[in-house]
Amino acid sequence: MRKTSLDSVYELAKQDKRIVFIGSDIGAGTLDEFKAEMPNQFFMEGISEAHVVGMAAGMALEGKIVYINTIATFLTRRCYEQVALDCCLHKTRVRLIGSGGGLVYAPLGPTHLAVEDIAIMRALPGMTILAAADAEEMKRMMPHTVDIPGPVYIRLGRGGDPVVTDPTDPFEIGKLFLLKPGKDVLLITTGTMSKMALDAADLLRAQSLDAGVLHVPTLKPLNVSGLIAQMAEIPVILTLEEHSVIGGLGSAISEILAEAAFTPAKRFRRLGLPDAFCENYGSQASLMAKQGLSVERVAQQALELAAGARV
Amino acid sequence: MPTSPTSPFSPPTSRPSLDRRSKDLRTLVLRAFGAGRRGHLGSAFSLVEMLRVLYDDVLRFDATKPLWEGRDRMILSKGHGCLALYAILADKSFFPESELMKFCHIDGKLGGHPERGKVPGVEASTGSLGHGLSIGVGMALALRARPEAGRVFVIDSDGECNEGSLWEAALSASKHRLENLTVLVDYNHMQSYSTTAEVLNLEPMADKWRAFGFAVKEVDGHDVASLREALKATPFEPGRPSALICHTVKGRGVPLLEWNAAWHHKNKVTDEEVATLLAALEEA
Repeated sequence: MRKTSLDSVYELAKQDKRIVFIGSDIGAGTLDEFKAEMPNQFFMEGISEAHVVGMAAGMALEGKIVYINTIATFLTRRCYEQVALDCCLHKTRVRLIGSGGGLVYAPLGPTHLAVEDIAIMRALPGMTILAAADAEEMKRMMPHTVDIPGPVYIRLGRGGDPVVTDPTDPFEIGKLFLLKPGKDVLLITTGTMSKMALDAADLLRAQSLDAGVLHVPTLKPLNVSGLIAQMAEIPVILTLEEHSVIGGLGSAISEILAEAAFTPAKRFRRLGLPDAFCENYGSQASLMAKQGLSVERVAQQALELAAGARV
Repeated sequence: MPTSPTSPFSPPTSRPSLDRRSKDLRTLVLRAFGAGRRGHLGSAFSLVEMLRVLYDDVLRFDATKPLWEGRDRMILSKGHGCLALYAILADKSFFPESELMKFCHIDGKLGGHPERGKVPGVEASTGSLGHGLSIGVGMALALRARPEAGRVFVIDSDGECNEGSLWEAALSASKHRLENLTVLVDYNHMQSYSTTAEVLNLEPMADKWRAFGFAVKEVDGHDVASLREALKATPFEPGRPSALICHTVKGRGVPLLEWNAAWHHKNKVTDEEVATLLAALEEA
């Protein structure tokens, strides 16, 4: 997914001289063609995220459209004030491409695990937040990021993720994608968790529970009316995200549900990462399972909720 | 007067009388300060001559077209010194002087830190320190490809040199050989709590900027002729960004304010205090 995203920047930059790319100190060989063909649009600026984001804002104030890529934690936590003030307050066209959203860097530990990135980006006025389900969706998404008038945070998944999106269904900012309809349960997901939701829906079918999967690639601005319409007829709602249960998709849907005040009330649960730093390593999948996120666990939670159980 | 023990350049010790223009600009600052009943007065007064020379003699701008493409960009990275910026921008008719009388008012454009898009002539919204130089580097990079485009000037405070991000930006400016970028450091040797020497010593200041790849000059930051001579000769060396270390006196112009950390920021200012300061400015 990262390669697709950066290759898209390269293709977009070939067509639009306003587009520039800035990396901090990313992997050797990354975007070598871009650097060779468009040296005036390519920058590798060192391990100085605060400066890189400020510099990008300065370039954007002079008409550039600036894509930055580095590890998501460093692009969100490390330089949060530059993102807030230089990018958001100035309404600049800076695009932050965060590698390793969620538990992608599982073996590297908490310094590299972007588990509250959506929460902190969501709190910033004017920020657009995007999380594609797979590389194919990323490819369709990237051209839409060029003309967004303010800053954008693009959260990258692991890479090599199974393709779950429909290539014939055009991407639009704010559009919701019903990957699978269902009348008993709605699993609302974002990013690469859509695959886990689809697999859980398959398990639930064996239990005679008809579960739908709604993929939300645009986390901000959130399509509130579309979400309300999708949730209206379904009694059981679960959110599923590779992110802290604080401040991400689950929180956003909670807020919508609370204010929508459906009658009868929805049975609702947030599935995500607990409010704690991860203490284990392992693979992304094994760490996710350790944190309570697996196909079986999602299905089990949906069954409990559908049965009216309270945990 | 506190001095930095290792500084090769002594802060100004003599106090020649300010000329009429310097007093008039400080009068505008004081009137706005009184209208808002607050502000970073000492930080503004140390800046007046730097801004005066920039806007009178150095910068290309058109106050009727604040976003004119060919303008020079001037970023006040030490946004808390904005009263001085507002005074010179009003003086140059970027906005009416009457706006100064709404400083920090609910219906005013001029806040306690300057904001781009709200205040004509303000190039970057600043107030949190250590941001302006990075923005300036980005602007200088974008502008140098355009033959008609202006230069970039960034004013940093000495306390701001505590911020790590400023030095990240300094590394980047010299990497890119940004000769269209000039940094002015308002080195008044005081920060909010106390002297820079006590809080976080910055010496050797000029050598630091040299080590980061800048061509460096030092001047008395209240000496209009010296400032003019230096700022009209940028870049100081071809292929390098320039740094002008301006040795200044915090609060310069009113003896009560000078070297007085208590006047870094004031609020609940009374009309009587403003009148006293105005009178002292005229007598100084």
